[in-house]
Formats: sequence, structure tokens, C-alpha cells
Amino acid sequence: MVDKTLATVKEAVAPVFDGAVILLGGFGDPGLPGQLLEALRLQGAKNLTVVHNGSGGGVHSLGGLIHDGKVKKLIASFPSNPGNQSFQEKYLKGEVELELVPQGTLAERIRAAGAGLGGFFTPTGAGTDLAAGKEARVIDGREMIFEKALHADFAFVRAHKGDRLGNLTYRMAMRNFNVPMCTAAKHVVAEIDELVPVGGIDPEDVHTPGIFVDHIVEIVRHPEYLKITTEGR
Amino acid sequence: MSLTRDGIAYRVACDLPEGSYVNLGIGIPTLVSGYIPAGKDVFFHSENGILGMGGLAAPGKEDPDLINAGKQYVTLNPGASFFDHPTSFSMIRGGHINYAVLGALEVAANGDMANWRTPGEKVPGVGGAMDLAFGAENVLVTMTHVTNKGKPKILNKCTLPLTAPHCVKRIYTDMAVVDVTPEGLLLREFAPGLDPQAVQARTDAQLRVAPDCREMNLPAKFHVAQPAA
Repeated sequence: MVDKTLATVKEAVAPVFDGAVILLGGFGDPGLPGQLLEALRLQGAKNLTVVHNGSGGGVHSLGGLIHDGKVKKLIASFPSNPGNQSFQEKYLKGEVELELVPQGTLAERIRAAGAGLGGFFTPTGAGTDLAAGKEARVIDGREMIFEKALHADFAFVRAHKGDRLGNLTYRMAMRNFNVPMCTAAKHVVAEIDELVPVGGIDPEDVHTPGIFVDHIVEIVRHPEYLKITTEGR
Repeated sequence: MSLTRDGIAYRVACDLPEGSYVNLGIGIPTLVSGYIPAGKDVFFHSENGILGMGGLAAPGKEDPDLINAGKQYVTLNPGASFFDHPTSFSMIRGGHINYAVLGALEVAANGDMANWRTPGEKVPGVGGAMDLAFGAENVLVTMTHVTNKGKPKILNKCTLPLTAPHCVKRIYTDMAVVDVTPEGLLLREFAPGLDPQAVQARTDAQLRVAPDCREMNLPAKFHVAQPAA
């Protein structure tokens, strides 16, 4: 019998190795796997490359991982939120490298990796500072730049419900980067609000089919959940 | 006289047609949704996967899974939908979003726009600004006409790094409504109490005055004696 559930976030992050590339889901709090992130910080792997829309808030989020010096490089679209002190301090000291990617390009680079594509041409960024070093081509009269697929070793996301086969469904704005991230990493773990029996998610409502998911961990939300992760990111 | 920040937003809202799909940036643009009259269907999009977004959530009524791209708790209008980031940016980059209303630091006479890097800024961030500026069917800019030091923001050429070249269709400021046309900038409206010469005096680039150029007709609550800071 297939059973992708794990009992703890500690087991879920155990395989992460030094130098790993990690897709970290969520946009703001919705979809952010706060407990997996905290387990990762305690696990100790270092020289990580983290892919996330922002740069994390305080010490109980991506900011904590950065504060502890575990992150070598951040690939993000909006790392400049004034609340994200940990990243900004390390970045200004030259201790964290930044690859700045427009938000839609970041999502599509991840999607392309999951879909088996090498990359794509996009108009976004053509003729700007972010086009530096990228192949340019005029397609149907419009200047475009080449953006490469973004593969990863691990993806960590949060979903609303999951079953032991790894099928996931999200709630409201939780879907964001999580849907493409689940397709683009070798090893995918979802932290979920509620574990349901197989068949407990209507097939019409499965947003991430279980084929993309290796493990799920149920982390029931409690009133403190928001307090833990509600900081600028 | 000039317009308040809400006055600029109100003036933009007047131009958004029924049935349009609209993305609002941070700052003055977020105020636009408050001025769509009841019964006029305008659909607001948020980069993080929402179409049909309503106003801000009332205190105590916030849902932790329902935020806008500015990380504020929001509500939904009937007929709303949720989707993932690739779908959300297909709406933007694919030209399905009819109007992106964005704040800007500088706009040039040819429609070049700069809004993602400020002078002296140490940590860069671009978010969805470039995707919107390149992808939306119409890019509308809202901003104060001059900086807080009185320097014009509508220029012959942008001095800051561009968000996108040739992207702006119309500029709404506290002093004027200006169209970007193939022949250059066209002054369409000026704030109550001003005239085209007063607007030109605060504009670096040359303005042509539209034959039907007129004083804006806005409720008095949107007027202020001094330009909006």
C-alpha cells in the first residue's frame, strides 16, 4: 500500500544536503510551509540555494534560515521588503548572493522545469538591466529574452488537504508558486492542514496530483500558527 | 489647486470601462477600487492568484489564506476565482489584463517607465512590476506630478533604470491627465484652477495641448490647495 505520509517535519527534511537547491512555496503566509522551514533550520544543512518570491521575514521564517547563515544564494523577485532584515543585512555584507527574477518569469522558469522544457523566450525584461547576459531574439516583431528552466533538489510547500497518495488541494490564495514547485524538484514534501482518506478530495478538486508529491506531513493549524509566520516577507 | 491621492484614484476609476480586467499596483493605484460605482462590473486581479477581488477585509473578518499582492487581507466579489502563479502571469504577460494601474518614479515622453529601482536603494526588488509593464494591454500610471523636492517626473528621457520601454498609455497626476501618443505627450486635462501653461511649467518634456483639453470635473472633496506630497 502506498503511503506518502510522514509523522514529523524532522523526517521530512532529513534528506536535505549541503549545497542543495530548494524551492520554497508560499506568497506571504498562504502556502508557506512554516513548520518544514523551521525543521530545515534546525536540520543544519548549509550552502543552500533557496528559490522563493521574497526573502522571508523574521527568525521563524526564511529569515531565520538566512540569519543562521545556511543560505548561500537566494533566487527571488521581491527580496526588498523593508521588514526582511536578516536577508538585507547578509546581502549588504556580501554573505548572501541574490539572483533577481521578475515574478512571472520566476513562476514560469519553475513551471518550465517541471514540464521538461529547457526554457522559454519572454518579453518581460527585454531592454532593461535584467536582460544583461541573456540571449535576445525578435519573435513576431517583439524583442524577447531567453529564460532558463529552474530545477531543484527539493520543494517544500503547504497545502490545505492531502491524502496518503500525495494528492493535494489548496485553499484560496495558497496555490501561488506551490503548484509549479511541486512539479520541478526531485524530492517534494507538502505540509498540510488536514490529512484525509483516499477519495476524501473530489478528483475535480485535486490541484496537485499525487504523481508530483513524495511526502506529506499533517500540521494542524492552531491559533498560534499565524503568529509564528506573520512577519513581512 | 491640485488633486488629492484619492482624487487621482477617482479620476482613473472614471476611465475603467465595464467588463474590464484590472491589476492595481501598490500606493495610489490600490485606492482605485474604492471608486468603482456599485453595479459597474470591473474585475480586479491580484498577482498571487485572485480574480474578482473585493476591498480590504474588515478587522476581525480577515481570512489567513486570502491576501492581495501587497500582503493585505482582502475580500472576494461574487464570481471570483483562484489560480496558481503561472496562470496568474499568463493573464498578465498574455495581454488578458486590460489595464495595469501602476505607480511610477519617472515616465518619459516616449512611454518609457521607471518604477522599480530608486536612487540610493541598496537591496533591489522587482516583484511583478516588469511583467505588468510589458504584458498588460494598457499601462496607466498614477503619480504626483513632481517629486517632493519639486523636480518633474515626466521627462524627455528617464534617468532611473527602466521597468519597461514604451509601455505607458496614459499618466494621471495630481495636476493633469496626459496621454502618451506616437507624436509625443498630449495634455488632455488639468486640475481645477490650473491651466496648460502651469502644467507645462512643472513638466520636463514638451506637452502638446489637446484641442478639447479641459479642466477636470471632480467633486470638491478631491481638491487641495497644494500639490499632493
